[in-house]
Amino acid sequence: MAGVMLKFLLRRLRVAVPTLFVIVTASFFLVRLAPGGPFDQEQALPPEILANLQRAYGLDRPLWVQYGRYLEGLAHGDFGPSFRYKDFTVTELIAQGFPVSAELGLLALAVALACGVPLGILAALARRPLLDRGLMLCAALGLAVPAFVLLPLLGLVFGVHWRWLPVAGWEPGSPRFLVLPVFALALAPFAYVARLTRGGMREALASDYVRTAHAKGLPLSAVVWRHALRPALLPVASYLPPAVASIMTGSLVVESIAGLPGIGRYLVQGALNRDYTLVMGMVIVYSAILVLMGLLVDLLYLWLDPRIALERA
Amino acid sequence: MNGAGALPLWRRLGADRAGAAAALFLALIASIALLGPLVNPNDPAAIDWHAIAVAPRLEGAHWFGTDRLGRDVFVRTCDGARVSLLVALVATAISVGIGILYGAVAGYAGGRVDELMMRLLEVLDGLPLLFFVIFLTVIFGRGETLLFAAIGAVGWLSMARLVRGQTLSLRRREFIEAAVALGAGPARVIGVHVLPNVLAPVIVYATLTVPQIVLFESFLSFLGLGVQEPAASLGTLVAEGAAEMQAAPWILLAPGLCLGVLLLALNVLGDALRDAFAARAAVGS
Repeated sequence: MAGVMLKFLLRRLRVAVPTLFVIVTASFFLVRLAPGGPFDQEQALPPEILANLQRAYGLDRPLWVQYGRYLEGLAHGDFGPSFRYKDFTVTELIAQGFPVSAELGLLALAVALACGVPLGILAALARRPLLDRGLMLCAALGLAVPAFVLLPLLGLVFGVHWRWLPVAGWEPGSPRFLVLPVFALALAPFAYVARLTRGGMREALASDYVRTAHAKGLPLSAVVWRHALRPALLPVASYLPPAVASIMTGSLVVESIAGLPGIGRYLVQGALNRDYTLVMGMVIVYSAILVLMGLLVDLLYLWLDPRIALERA
Repeated sequence: MNGAGALPLWRRLGADRAGAAAALFLALIASIALLGPLVNPNDPAAIDWHAIAVAPRLEGAHWFGTDRLGRDVFVRTCDGARVSLLVALVATAISVGIGILYGAVAGYAGGRVDELMMRLLEVLDGLPLLFFVIFLTVIFGRGETLLFAAIGAVGWLSMARLVRGQTLSLRRREFIEAAVALGAGPARVIGVHVLPNVLAPVIVYATLTVPQIVLFESFLSFLGLGVQEPAASLGTLVAEGAAEMQAAPWILLAPGLCLGVLLLALNVLGDALRDAFAARAAVGS
């Protein structure tokens, strides 16, 4: 088993590493292609000052030298200096915001899975079509309302009207500020997970080995728990990377609406400010998380259905 | 093909109550968005100095109230919905076009070309395209043309995969072989024999793509990277409304609910179409 896992991981890394390399290279050169530079201001800088600035940031060197330096820095975990937040390196900025964003995202993912999976199973097992349809209508509603509409509405109800929870803001160690953002972020992936679990469970329950388990006289709970659950979760597992991607993109707006000091705001602000190193750093961090997520899901497959993993390896 | 199975797609859809209701709702939203400004004479850009941020009143001049600058929320929501729908339709058409072309060529060519094209697709799929779109809009400015192209560029990957799979299985069928034997070139075989046969799943998938693109456009516009003032889409309107939420919640409610209902209807319609198609395919085989 360990050997298979290792072989499998190596195979996946052979795709993952080039992907990351392409991302780094493409974003580096795309940024340099752009008209205008990071030091463009409403009032043009005197040429001597501009030249000094460019020398200080190494922008006067040939492009391939800059690229080589950037790669070298990356290998040491150094994303270079931020062009706009003058006293910070990109690595520092990301390190500052990352814990908040990670907490927000992981909580949202946990809520989505913890609510979506049981609800999907319930809907699949429901004898009455009304219950099934009702649950699935809720899921469809969840898919339809984007986080940036939901969060202000939640704030309106729970923050402004009832005053139970803060609308926006952040204090370290105080989970109250995370409640509304987490729910707003979790809704869409929750709805997806519920739908996928229901579909997977329906399919698993109709399969021969589950019928055999029934025929042996096992109680329903044992059939579901021991035989049907793992295959039913396969579609959920393959949805995890898109779920993480959706939570990460959702966190861009949620962090800005809720005023959370995460890394989401850096991508948008960096983009608006043309802070090239910052945007590149963010894109690389997000891509790395997604690639890592893909690897994790493959390992999850190995546990859920070893046949698939063996086939691929 | 026999009996009930041969029902055309739209008849099956009509039998699905949720799908039919969604289609009706969509027609309603679209016609309100198109005709609303004719019924309600307010100019979306006109500023009513005597009515700054007034609450909705159905018997007054401003049905849904006005925003911070005294602009009519109803007319602006209609405008926003129209822009959002237009962007979504154009971007969907772009992504469907690219996807069909790429998928059909890969599936028809097969062999090494197919393998190479699919490998490229795999790499592209691994990229967080949203970030690249944000990236592109920043680098090349925030024009609406770019917005169409960027959004269309995101949607075509799954479409290409779908078309490629269908083409691959069609290629071994007798009627394609017959066409090739009669001397039809690749372009003719793809255009005349393959495409008509992949149309049904393509339509279903395109319907499922539209809500994603509506969402994506409003997301970009919400961040200020999409549609720019004075034009409005549902995303920019929600952003404006969210900023004024505490004092004037109706500025948020009108476009927010409109966006929600629109996305819900599009999703339900797409699902219903998929089910209808799956049912037909099951009977047909």
